[in-house]
Amino acid sequence: MRVMGSETEYGIHAPSAPGANATMMSARIIQAYANLTRQRAAGGAETRWDYTDEEPLHDARGWTVERSAADPSQLTDRPPVLDAEAVALAYGRQELEADGSDESGSLLMNMVLGNGARLYVDHAHPEYSSPEVTNPRDIVAWDAAGDLVALAAVRRVAADPDLPAINLYKNNTDNKSVSYGSHENYLMPRSVPFGEIVRGLTPFFVTRQVICGAGRLGKGQDGSKAGFQISQRADFFEAEVGLETTIRRPIINTRDEPHATADKYRRLHVIIGDANLSQVSNYLKFGTTALVLSLIEAGQAPKIEVHEPVAGLQAISHDTSLTATIRLLDGRRVTALDIQWMYYEAAAKLAQETGVSDAFSGDGHTRDVLERWESTLGLLGNNPAGAASSVEWLAKMSLLEGYRNRDGLEWNDARLGLVDLQWSDVRPEKGLYYRLLSRDRMQTIVDDAAISRAVVEPPSDTRAYFRGKCVSSFGKDVVGASWDSVIFDVPGIGKLQRVPTREPLRGTEALTGQLFRKHATAGAFLRELLGLDPAPPTRTGSP
Amino acid sequence: MATQEQQQPQSRDAETEADVPEAPPAAPEAQASVATQGVDDLLDEIDGVLESNAEEFVRAFVQKGGQ
Repeated sequence: MRVMGSETEYGIHAPSAPGANATMMSARIIQAYANLTRQRAAGGAETRWDYTDEEPLHDARGWTVERSAADPSQLTDRPPVLDAEAVALAYGRQELEADGSDESGSLLMNMVLGNGARLYVDHAHPEYSSPEVTNPRDIVAWDAAGDLVALAAVRRVAADPDLPAINLYKNNTDNKSVSYGSHENYLMPRSVPFGEIVRGLTPFFVTRQVICGAGRLGKGQDGSKAGFQISQRADFFEAEVGLETTIRRPIINTRDEPHATADKYRRLHVIIGDANLSQVSNYLKFGTTALVLSLIEAGQAPKIEVHEPVAGLQAISHDTSLTATIRLLDGRRVTALDIQWMYYEAAAKLAQETGVSDAFSGDGHTRDVLERWESTLGLLGNNPAGAASSVEWLAKMSLLEGYRNRDGLEWNDARLGLVDLQWSDVRPEKGLYYRLLSRDRMQTIVDDAAISRAVVEPPSDTRAYFRGKCVSSFGKDVVGASWDSVIFDVPGIGKLQRVPTREPLRGTEALTGQLFRKHATAGAFLRELLGLDPAPPTRTGSP
Repeated sequence: MATQEQQQPQSRDAETEADVPEAPPAAPEAQASVATQGVDDLLDEIDGVLESNAEEFVRAFVQKGGQ
C-alpha cells in the first residue's frame, strides 16, 4: 500500500526519585533493553546508529536552515551527549562509569534492534522508531511491538534493586505545558509538488483526530482549563507549515530527510498525531492518511480550504459532541465529520478506479481500511457510544464518564487526571487501556502472537528485513546502522564496510533471505553480498 | 439532516401510540442493569490498580521538552 513507519516518544517518570535526570533515566531504559537483547542474542547485539545521512535542517520547500539559526533541539544529526554535569549532580560521577558505559565513556543512547527498529534517547525521552512497513496492519503490529520493548525495559529496571523503578507512558503531554510527539513517516515520490501536499493534507489533518485522537483531560497547553478534549496534541500547534518539531509546531512539517534516494523520494514527516494504544485508531490513522496521500498524488484530493486551520484544529478537539463547525474559504460551514466524509468518498472513488480495493485483484489492505473508515464515521455520526470500543478518545472518555457518574466527580478532579495518565502506562497490570483490552472492551487488528513476533522479527517486505537480520544474525560484526545503511567491521576484511540501503523496497526477504540462510558468518555473508574474493583458506582448513 | 427532520414527527407518533396499551418491556431494563454492572465491575477493578495519592502522583509527572 505504502512504505511508512511510526515513532513513539514515551513519557518517563520515576515516582520514587522525583527530579531524576530525564535523559539519564531514558539512557537507563535503552541500556536495560540492550542488556536483555545481549542475553538473548549471545553475540552482543547493540548496533550503534550511523548519523551520516541525517539532514534535519533540509526544508521541503527548497532550502536549508543555517545551524546557527536552528533551535538546538533540531540538531538530531549528531549523537546526543549526556550532560555530564547534570548527571553527576543527580547521581554521582562514579555511577556514570560503572553503569554500562562504552569505551568512549558515555551511556548507550542508541540501538538498532533485530526487528529493524531504532531505540534511542531523544532529548529527554526514550523513543522507539518502528521499522519500515508497507501497510497499516503491519504498522499496528510493529508499533505495538515498541510498547512491548518499552515494557521489557521497564521490567528489567524494576528488577534491579539498585535503581529506582521507571514508568513509561504512551501519551503526548504532561499536562503542564510540555508535549512530546508520536510521529509518522510516509514515503512519497519527490515529483509531487510540496504545495499540493500542504493543500491536500491540511483539512484532513485538522479533522482526522475524530477517528484517531487519544483523548485528553484538560484544555490549553498547561491543561489548566477543565474538561475533556479529543486530541492530546491539538493545543500545542501554533503554525500551518514549518520545519520545527518542538517549538511553533506546524500542522504540516517540512523536514526533508528522505533516508532514501533523495531525487526519487521524499519522506513525509507527520508530527500532528497522538500516540495510540487503540489498535483501530492507530490502523485508521496510518491507513486513511496513506489513502489521502494517494489522492494527492493522483491530483484528486477534495478541493477544501479551511479558514484558520490552527484555530479549527483546536475547536474540533474541544468539541466532543462532534457538532462544531469550521469555516471554509468558500464560505461553507462544515463539521469535522463532513470533511472526513469528503475525503472518504474521494478515496473510495479513486480506489475503485484504480482497482486497489478490489476483493480479488486489490492490494489486500485498501478495501479493509475503507470499510473501517466508513463504519467508524457512520458510528461517530449516529451512535458515538458504539465507537467506544475502537476510537481511543471515546474509549477513554467513556471510562472517565463512568467515574463521573458513579462518584459525582468534577472534570478537574485529581482522580480523573490519574485515569487520563494511567490510561497509557505500558504495564498491562497498571495501564487502563490494557485493563479494558483484557475485558474485551477494545477491538483489535492484530493478535498478541503477531505483536510478540514483531518484537524480534523484522517485516519481510522492506529493507528493514536486511537491517534487522544483519543485527540479529551478525550483531557483533555490525558496528553501525541507520535507515539507509548497515556498517560491518569483519575480521579479515580490511576496512569498515558500509552497505547502503537507499531503496526502501529492496533488502526484502524475497531478495536477501537466501543469503542469510546460506551463511553462518558475517565474513562469508558480506563477501558474497559485495562480490569480494572468497576468504583465503586458513591453515586449520575451515570450509 | 433534512431526512432526519422529516422523520421526526413519525417517530413521535409511534411513541404516543405505544405508550398507552403496552406494559413496559422487561428485557431492555435487564440489559441496562447488566451493562451498568459491567461498568461498576470495571471501575472497581480500576480503583484497585490506580496509583495511590492521585493528586501528588499527577503533580509529580513533569516532563522535559519533546518533539
